[in-house]
Formats: sequence, C-alpha cells, structure tokens
Amino acid sequence: MTAASLPPPPAILIANDLLDGDVVFRKSDGWTRDPRAAFIAYTSDETQALALVAREAEARREVVEASIVDVDIRDGAPAPRHFRERFKTLGPSVRPDLGKQAQFPDYARAAGA
Amino acid sequence: MKLLDRNGLKADVYRRMSEGQFDGPGIVSLAELADGAQPAAGKLGLAIENTANVRDVERHFDSVTLIVIHFPSFGDGRGFTLARRLRRAGFGGTLRASGPLIPDQFAFALACGFDEVELPEGQIERQPVEQWRGALTAFSAPYQQGYRRPRTILEERRRNAPEAAR
Amino acid sequence: MYRYDEFDERFVRERVAQFRDQVQRRIDGALTEEEFRPLRLQNGLYLQLHAYMLRIAVPYGVLSSRQLRALATIADRYDRGYGHFTTRQNLQFNWPKLRDAPDILELLADVQMHTIQTSGNCIRNTTADQFAGVAADEIEDPRPVAELIRQWSSLHPEFAFLPRKFKIAVNGATEDRAVLKAHDVAVRIIRHAETGETGYQILAGGGLGRTPMIGKIVVDFAPKGHLLSHLEAVMRVYNAQGRRDNKYKARIKILVHEIGLPEFKARIAAELEAEGPSFRQEEVDELARIATFFARKEYETLAPHSRPYERARAANRDFAQWADTALFAHKADGYAIVTVSLKPIGGPPGDMTSDQMRAFADLADRYSLGELRVSHAQNLVLPHVKKDDLFALWRALGEHGLSTANVGLITDIIACPGLDYCALATARSIPIAQAIAQRFADPARQHDIGPLNIKISGCINACGHHHVGHIGILGLEKSGRESYQITLGGDASWNAAIGELLGPGLTADETPAAIERLVDFYLAHRLSGETFIETVKRLGAGAFKGAFAGVSRHEAA
Ligand code: SF4
Repeated sequence: MTAASLPPPPAILIANDLLDGDVVFRKSDGWTRDPRAAFIAYTSDETQALALVAREAEARREVVEASIVDVDIRDGAPAPRHFRERFKTLGPSVRPDLGKQAQFPDYARAAGA
Repeated sequence: MKLLDRNGLKADVYRRMSEGQFDGPGIVSLAELADGAQPAAGKLGLAIENTANVRDVERHFDSVTLIVIHFPSFGDGRGFTLARRLRRAGFGGTLRASGPLIPDQFAFALACGFDEVELPEGQIERQPVEQWRGALTAFSAPYQQGYRRPRTILEERRRNAPEAAR
Repeated sequence: MYRYDEFDERFVRERVAQFRDQVQRRIDGALTEEEFRPLRLQNGLYLQLHAYMLRIAVPYGVLSSRQLRALATIADRYDRGYGHFTTRQNLQFNWPKLRDAPDILELLADVQMHTIQTSGNCIRNTTADQFAGVAADEIEDPRPVAELIRQWSSLHPEFAFLPRKFKIAVNGATEDRAVLKAHDVAVRIIRHAETGETGYQILAGGGLGRTPMIGKIVVDFAPKGHLLSHLEAVMRVYNAQGRRDNKYKARIKILVHEIGLPEFKARIAAELEAEGPSFRQEEVDELARIATFFARKEYETLAPHSRPYERARAANRDFAQWADTALFAHKADGYAIVTVSLKPIGGPPGDMTSDQMRAFADLADRYSLGELRVSHAQNLVLPHVKKDDLFALWRALGEHGLSTANVGLITDIIACPGLDYCALATARSIPIAQAIAQRFADPARQHDIGPLNIKISGCINACGHHHVGHIGILGLEKSGRESYQITLGGDASWNAAIGELLGPGLTADETPAAIERLVDFYLAHRLSGETFIETVKRLGAGAFKGAFAGVSRHEAA
C-alpha cells in the first residue's frame, strides 16, 4: 500500500489470520480478535506506521489480506466507514448468531449499520 | 540462475549471447539467429517467448540442441502447451523452461516435454532441491494419456483387468 | 454411482498429502502467498471476508447418503454446523481453518470425495443434468462422460494454468437442465440425424460474468472415442491464445468472440490435424468401464399410476401443491424424481444444516436407494422415489423444514453468497432473496404466478447466473451504498438468452417492490396459459419498463 493510497485517519489495520482465517485487528502490540481493542491511528503518520506493520506482518506470515481501513468512532469503538469492511468486522448480516457480532454484541450495537 | 533437471541441480554449459563474446555453447534469440548469430563453437541454444509460433521454431530444429521457453510468471501456462507442440513437431533436443516456476509444477513441465528448469536468483534458496525432487514423486500415476510419463492410471487399470475384460 | 478403484483412491490420497505439504511450505515460508494462492484455490480453499471457505466438489451433482453424512460431520467438527450448495453443484463451508484443511480433505477422501479444481484458473468441477440417468426424456446418461472428463481434467499437466477458470457441463437429455450455453465448453450427447448413433456435440465460448456470452456449436458431431481429443484441441487453442493481459477478457468466450466462430473452428481443426488420428480406443474402453457403475437400478415392477399417491393428492391440498412443483417424470413406471427445495421462505438459498443433512441422508436411504443429487438451482433431488411413498416422504421432509412447495416458482431464488461472505462481492445477495421470498410467500399466489426464475449475484462475476434469470438481479456498489440492477428476459434453457437491463440501480428496500410491479404487469397482460418468460418474449422487455419506472425514489428513471 503506497502512502498515497492510504485512507485518511482515523483508521485501523484489519487482516485475516494466516492459519485460522479469522478477522484480526492490530493493537498497539500484536493482534486481537476484538475490534474494540484495535489500535486507532489518528494521524497520517500513524496510518503510515500501520501500513509498515502490515507489510512486515505479511512477510512474517502472521496474517494475509492486511489493509488499512478508515473508521468512524462510535461510542469509542472503531466502525469502518465502508459497508464492506463493516461486514468484515461484524459477520454475515444474515447470520447474527455468527461472527464478531455474536462474539462482541456491545461492539455490534455501537458499530452496526 | 540455477538450472535443475529431474536428478537435481546441474551446471549450465550454455551462455546467453547477450552476455557478450564467449567460447562454447551459446543461447540466441530468434532475431539473433536471423541475423546470423553463431556461438564461437559447439552447441546452439534458442531462446523463445511462450507466444512463439511452432512453424518459426521448427525450421531450426536441425541446427539447435536446446530450446529455452520463457515463463514470464509461474501462472502463465502457455509454455506447457508450446513445449507439448514442439515435441509433437519432432524436436528431440533439450527443452528448458526458464522463469519462476514452482516445485508443484515440475512434474507438469516434464510431462509436457521439458527436460530442465532454469530458476531466477534466490528461488532455490527458498525452495531447495529436495522440494523439487519430492514434487516428482507426489503422484504415483496420472490420468492423462499422451504425455511424457512412465505410466498412467489407464495403463495400470488395463494391466489389472481380468483377461476376459480386456 | 461411480466408485473409486484403487488408483482413484491412491490419487486422491496423494492429493491430500500434497496439499498438507503445500500448507506446511506456506507456513515455513518456502511458498509465498502469491505462490500458495493458486495452489490452495486449486484445492477449493478461498479466503473470504470472515474466514477461509472450502468448496467441495460434488462431481456432476451426484451424492450418496454416506457422503452427505460425512459432510454433516465435517460441518459440525470443522465448521459452524451448516453448508451452502452452489450453482455449480458444489458444497461450500464458510468457516474452515487453513490448519484444518488437510484433515478435512482426509475425511472427504474417506468417502471418495475431494476439492480438486473447484477453484483456480483450471478446468473446474464438471456439472451435469441433475436428473441424469432417471429422466424420461434422456437420450443417454451423461454421467459416464462427466466422470471421464473429471478424471481427464484432474491435474492435467498442460491445462492447470489456463488464462482463467474453465467450466464444462454435460447433458444427455432433450431438455437442457445443465445451462449448457453458459459454459466455457459444453458437451451435448445427441443422436446423429442420419446414422442414429449417439455422439457428442461440443459448444464453446459461453460464459456469464462481465460480457456475458451464449455458447456456440464448435463441433457438430464427434463420434464416440473422439471426445477427449476434441476437448484437448479446444483447450490447447485456448491455453495458447486466450488473452492473459486482462482478467476480464481472459475467458474463452472472449477469444471466440474476438477471432470469430469460423476462425476458432479452423484453429481447432488445425490442432486436431497436427495431433493425428482423433479416435482413441482407450477412451471407449474407459467409458465402458465407467458406465458399468451407472447401470440401470433394480427398480421394482410397478404400475405407472399409484393409487395411494392419487388418494393423498385428492385428500391433502398442501401435498398436491408440493407434488405439482417437486415431481418430474421418471423413466421407470411407478417412480418419480423428487426435487427438494432448499429455499424455505426467509432462509438463505441453498443452505442446509448438518441436522438436515443427516435427516436427508436417512430419507435418501429409505426412499431413494441411498442416492441424491444437487441441482444447479441449489436444490436437492431424490432420484428414485416410488410414487407410493411420496406422501410419507413429504411428511418426513416437512419435519425437517424441507417440504417448501416452491420448486421452479418465484421464491425458488438462486442467490450467490454475496457480501455476507464473499470477499469479491460488491453488495449482498441473500437478504434480497429473503425479502423477495417474504413478499411472495403466499403459496396460492406463487402457484398463480407460475414458473419464474429469479437469479441474484453479488457482483459482476455472476455466480448467481443473474444474466440468464427470467428476472436477474445484480448487486453493485454505487456512491458508497449497495445498489441493485434488474434485468429481464434472461433464459437458462436451450433457448438461452441474456436479460435486458431495465433501468438504473435500486436500493435494497426498493428492489422487492420493483419485482412485484414486474410480476403484476405480467399477471395483467398474460394470455391464457402463458408463463412469465413467454409473456416477456412476446411483449419484449421494453414493455415492462413502464411498470418498472417510478419505483426508485433515489434516482430519476
Ligand atoms: S457473484 Fe460475486 S459476490 Fe457472488 S459469489 Fe460470485 S464472486 Fe462472490
């Protein structure tokens, strides 16, 4: 991801765990499955630092499909602005019993559409 | 560049014409060949793109001992068909695939008529020779007839069938 | 059905071991993600939005009850207790882990199943008529040919890295139930007009996705023993000359279109000639060997009409309504082919829970000689049911939520997974299908409307076949919202046609209302006995535009 193609802050780093496929979020150190624990980049310097982390983590084979996603902050939780990434952080809309929305109902209430 | 065949790594006796003047076997392109390029001595190799026309290459079968087909990426499978067609047209020399193929394609390449694979710098360090050799024994026999392979499932079936069913 | 011999078995086991090794090499870094991706795709493993997805091949749609039970076990042990049947007669699991994939493949191999080439730029799982071998209108059973193609295409050394995916379908009946003309290559078993011998007509250049095209006949008649040489010739021309500079122009349909049908046929002819005699005795022998597995079943001798069935029909309106949609003529007297809808009103089309799979497997054992089929319309089929048993079967299906009486009707909607699962999607498809089904839930109304196929895709890749739906719906993204384009007049039969775009995209909320207007227009204008698609063809899609306009509150028509 080039600096030019990075979305404006606030933004978070989303990826899929290589071995599990689960959606994971970058926290200040390491990865989390909890979107509320995601590190939020508030400046473009921080977004660029996240992009570097993304490349390194892919090279270390921790994650795949790493991408920086711009978010709104709703009740302190990052909610992706684009609906595609919002589904990615919530789970299938037709199966509310599955995915992060089932695992983190508080988050889903705050960030849901 | 590292060269390997079914037995493992091997030395490349050919050099590219573009590398300058040299003695011994050399590899030229179709254009260089048309310009009358000739290595100082010995065997002649011909490097072609995977889009080359069989008829253009066929004319040189008698004068070349090696044909090198370029694979721009491992996902570009045109080289497999070109190799198969060159063998069908009667090329009996050495056929080399040059490019970033991966071990999982090695058996396919040999089946289509290649003898050897020339890998870009650094790849063999990541994918050591054992992985290439291992890939050749991953399957005991394939389904397809008409390719360069010691035996096929169809042949095994025929051998297995009771006499009456033959 | 076909059973692996020791060689098929060895091949599939070796494939599992190979994939286990590939996963290990990915983990230890010998393979980069770019190198690994095509390898995992050729084993049916995608990375979706929320997780990996594993696509399991159901060769030409045939399953045994034992295989279905194994799928249920996998759904429970490695997934979330359900699976999704696709338009290519495959089954998808939505939540497997990469680390578990080799073990799942091992379980599949235990019941003679695999995931080979269910994705990737290679020859995909061969599909066929879901009524193969039992339909009354059959010329010849297409399954032996489909199995021959399955084996021939598995790890083909020359055609594993094609410009793009390659889908083959086979049909052996007079009616085309395999959407032949939407395939890269289709094989149609026909009887020669003069000699009466059966052989193969070959079509090429069909395909949906961006730039949908209808397949064209490229070989009029290839006699028996000449099929694989013809297929190889087509593949070789495509592999060498199909475009690789643009993913959206890489399918064979673009090659056929760009060079023209006569030139394409000339290249196939040249290729055949260069290869030498196209007859292969081993193909004839192998086909004969495979055909023994598909010999006619030992049916009981029954009267063509069943009294118990007629009595139950007369006594129970719901049963009669179900039977009207679910049954198809069987070649054996006293038997019926039963299509079981996987489209309960409000459910995701094609989904089945593990409990339903096990229950269904038991019913297949009890009523259908242990065999079932998957249709491209995402429904299941019990191919050998005695008419005397139909009422009992219907009751049993009902206990598991499997007796929805809507096969072929407006709520029997084909929908791809869309943005609820698929990483390539531009919009959701399943909620649209659910909303439309709910709007038309009334069985009497559905039956009054009659045969009508709605097909929904969540992006231009068209896995939901929207181009050939009588009504097609394509989900796109427009200005940061999901937007749905409606097409009308598509046809998936032998009279295949691509639907015509009716107007600007609609929001998800507007879409069901728009569909309703189209249906109301049809009801108001149909002639007696005329189906929806017949009315559309008679009046032209343009006539419906007036009904469609004005639905959208968001954009000018
Ligand atoms: S049509 Fe698009 S959204 Fe639907 S399954 Fe295919 S790729 Fe995914």
